[in-house]
Amino acid sequence: MLVIDGLAKQYPTGDRALKGVSLTVPKGQIMALIGPSGAGKSTLIRCVNRLVEPTAGRVSLDGQDLTRLSRRGLRRARRRMGMIFQEFALIERLTVMENVLSGRLGYVGFWRSWLRRFPAADVAAAFSLLERVGLAGFEDKRADALSGGQRQRVGIARALLQNPSLLLVDEPTASLDPKTSRQIMRLLRELCRERGLAAIINIHDVALAQMFAERIVGLKLGEIVYDGPADGLTADVLTTIYGEEDWSQTIRPADEDGDEDAPAIPPHEPAVPIDRERLAGLT
Amino acid sequence: MPVATVAGTKVWQRRARGTQFAIWLGWLAATLVVVLSWNVISERTMWMFVEDAHVQAADLLGRMVPPRWSYMDRLWQPLWDTLNIATLGTLIAIVFGVPLAFLAARNTTPSRLLVRPVALFVIVASRSINSLIWALLLVSIIGPGVLAGILAIAFRSVGFIGKLLYEALEEIDDSAVEAIQATGASRPQVIGYAMVPQVMPAFAGISVFRWDINIRESTVLGLVGAGGIGLQLEASISQLAWREASVIFLVILVAVLASEWLSARIRHAII
Amino acid sequence: MSTVSTPAAMERARRWRPPPLIANPLLRWGILLAGAAYLYLALNGIPVNWARLSEGLERGGRFVAGFLNPNFTGRLDELVDGFAESVVMTVVATVLGILVSVPVALGAARNLAPRPVYYVCRGLIALSRTFQEIIIAILFVAMFGFGPFAGVLTLTFSTIGFLSKLLAEDIEDIDRGQMEAIRATGGSWLQLLNYGVQPQVMPRLIGLSLYRLDINFRESAVIGIVGAGGIGATLNTAFDRYEYDVAAAILLVIILVVMAAEYSSSAIRRWVQ
Repeated sequence: MLVIDGLAKQYPTGDRALKGVSLTVPKGQIMALIGPSGAGKSTLIRCVNRLVEPTAGRVSLDGQDLTRLSRRGLRRARRRMGMIFQEFALIERLTVMENVLSGRLGYVGFWRSWLRRFPAADVAAAFSLLERVGLAGFEDKRADALSGGQRQRVGIARALLQNPSLLLVDEPTASLDPKTSRQIMRLLRELCRERGLAAIINIHDVALAQMFAERIVGLKLGEIVYDGPADGLTADVLTTIYGEEDWSQTIRPADEDGDEDAPAIPPHEPAVPIDRERLAGLT
Repeated sequence: MPVATVAGTKVWQRRARGTQFAIWLGWLAATLVVVLSWNVISERTMWMFVEDAHVQAADLLGRMVPPRWSYMDRLWQPLWDTLNIATLGTLIAIVFGVPLAFLAARNTTPSRLLVRPVALFVIVASRSINSLIWALLLVSIIGPGVLAGILAIAFRSVGFIGKLLYEALEEIDDSAVEAIQATGASRPQVIGYAMVPQVMPAFAGISVFRWDINIRESTVLGLVGAGGIGLQLEASISQLAWREASVIFLVILVAVLASEWLSARIRHAII
Repeated sequence: MSTVSTPAAMERARRWRPPPLIANPLLRWGILLAGAAYLYLALNGIPVNWARLSEGLERGGRFVAGFLNPNFTGRLDELVDGFAESVVMTVVATVLGILVSVPVALGAARNLAPRPVYYVCRGLIALSRTFQEIIIAILFVAMFGFGPFAGVLTLTFSTIGFLSKLLAEDIEDIDRGQMEAIRATGGSWLQLLNYGVQPQVMPRLIGLSLYRLDINFRESAVIGIVGAGGIGATLNTAFDRYEYDVAAAILLVIILVVMAAEYSSSAIRRWVQ
C-alpha cells in the first residue's frame, strides 16, 4: 500500500508543482492520474521514487518511509517500484534482452551487470516476461529497431522484471497511435491483475483512463480536485479539472471496454465533418 | 546466436561465443601494440632526466616567476603582427578556399572526374600539413618574416575552409535547388540563388572559427622565424630568459581567450 | 492580379532592392570603414624584401620540382626511423589520452558531476586547450629532456583537452529519459554510467578517438621541431639543408597517412553506429 501524505514540491525556479497532495493507493489498485499539462502529474510520480526530491510531505510504501531513506536505502526501495516512461526511455543502442535485464540492476552488483552475467533465474524470468508481453524471439534486436508499441512492451517487461509491488506509469500512450495505446493499456491492466500490482498511471487521454482504471484522480495546479470511480467523471468534474469545454464527446460509459477493432480515430476527437465552406473562405 | 537452448532451458549471452572471442582477441592485439610502442619510447628515453623532472619543473617555475612585466612594452608590435598574420592569412584563405569548395563539392563541381579529385587532393594536402610546417617551408623559401607567417596560415586554412564548406554544400536542401532549376535558371544562377544563401551561415561560422584557430597558431609561428610574438618567445627561450618567457605565455593566454570570446560573440550574432 | 498593374505599384516594384545585411546604416558604414582602415594599416605594416623574394622564387620552383620528384631513398634510414617514432608516439599518446579523458569528461559533464569537480575538470580542459602543442612541448622538453617521452606527454596533454571537452558536451546532450530509467530501477552510480551513459556516447567516443589519433599523428610531425621526437626533427633538418626533395617525400608520406586515416576512420565510424 502506498500512502502519500501532504506531498509538496517547489522547484528552484519557484514553481510550486505540488501543493500538499495526500493519497492512498491500496494493493492491487489501478489508479489513473489525469489533469492538464503542468498540473504536476509527472512531478507527483517522480516524487514517489524520488527521481525528483519532494520539498515537504511523506511517501510510504508498505509502511516504509521513502522520503527519509539514505542513498543506499533509496536504491533498495526503488527496486520495488517499476517505472514506465512516455518516450519509453529504453537504452536505444542495447538489445532488447539487455534492456529488460537492466530491470535487475538494483539487485545485481556492478561487475555482474558490466559483464552482462545476470543470474540464470533473472534471465529465465526475462524470457518468460518477453513472451508474456508478446515479444518472444526479439531478444537480440536492438531497441532502436523496434516500433513504438514494441518499445513500450520492452519498457513494461523491464519494469516488471524488478519484481515491483507498485508501478509508476508516466504517460504510457502519449507517443503511441490510438490502437496501440489501447493494447498497451490493456496489457498493463492484465499484468497488474495477474500480479496484484498497484499502479499509478499518468494519462492525458481521459477516455482511456476511464476505460482501464478503477479509480481516477484529477490534478489541477498541484492539487487534487477529483478522486473517485471512473464513472463519476461528469462534464462538471472535467470542467473543474481542465476548464470550460464541451465534454459531451469525451465521456464514455465506463463499462465499455476498448476492443481490438476500435475505430482509428481517438475518441476525444470531435467527429464533426469538416466545414469546407469555412475553409474555402479562409483561403 | 546469443540465445541458445542448453538442457531444455534458454540461455542468454550478450554475444555469441565466436564474436566474444574475436573481441577479446582484438583487445589483446591492441594491448600488444600499445605495450610494444611504449617499449620503443622507453628505450629512447633517458630515464635519469625523467626522474629528475620534478626538480627541473620546480627550477623552471622558480626562474619564471615573478614575470618581468616591463618586457610588456616590447610586445605590442609583435602582438599587432600576430593579429595581422591571423587575419590576413584567413582572408587569403577565404579568397582561395571558397572557389576550391565549389570545385570540390559533388553538386557544384564542373567535372567529377577531372576537377573534383584535384580539388580534393589540394584540400587534403593543405589540411594534413600543420601551419608550423608550412611556415618552416615558407621561411626556407622566401625568408623569415611576417609574410611567411601570413602565407603559412593561408596555406593551412585553405584546406580547412574548403573542406568544411564543401561538406556544407553537399548537405544542402535539394528541393530549393530543384525549385530554382524549375524556373529555367542557368547553372550559375542556381548556385547563386539556391545554394549560396543556404551555406552562407555555415560559411560565416567556418571563417570566424578558423580565424580564432589562426590566432592561436600565429602565436607560435615565430618559433620557426615566421613573425609574430613567437619570435620573441624563441629569443627569450634561447637566452634562457624565462621571466620574459612567462610574460609572453600570459600574453598568449590573454590573446587566445580574447579571440575565443570575440569569435563566440560574432558567431552568436550571425546565427 | 489587378493590383500589380497599377502605375504606383509598378513604381514601387521597380524600386525594390534587397535589404542590407546590417539594417543600421551607421553601423554598416562604420564596420566597412573600420575594415578598410584595418586592411590599410595591416598591409602597410608588412615589410617585404623583394630581392629575397625573387631569390625565393627559384627555391620555390625547386620545392615544387622536389614535390613532383620526391626523394624517398636519399635519407631512408632517418625517414623510416622518424616515422616509426611518430607512429609509436601517436599510439601511446592517444591511448593514454583516452584513458585520462574519459574520467575528466565525466567530471566535466554538468549533468553528472557535482559542482566542485565540474569546475576543476573544466579548468583542466581550458588549460590544455589554450596553449599550442608546441609551447607545451617546449616546457616538457625542458623538464623531461629531449626525446619521444616529452612528445608523448605533450600529445597526451592536448588530447585530454580535446577529447574531454567534446565528450563532456556529448554527455551533457544525452537523453535524460534513459538515465532516469536506470535510476528508477535502483541501479548504482556505476551501473548508471554503464547502462545509461555509455551506450549513448560510445559511437561518439570512438569517432573522436579516431579523429584525435589522426590529429596526434599530424602534431607529432610538428613537436619534433623543438626536440620532442618524431618525424619533425628530420623534416626540420631537411629544410635547414635546403633538401627540398627529401622534405617533399616526408610531406607526401604525412599526407598519405592522413588520407588513409580519414578513409579508415569514416569506415569504422559507419561500422560502430
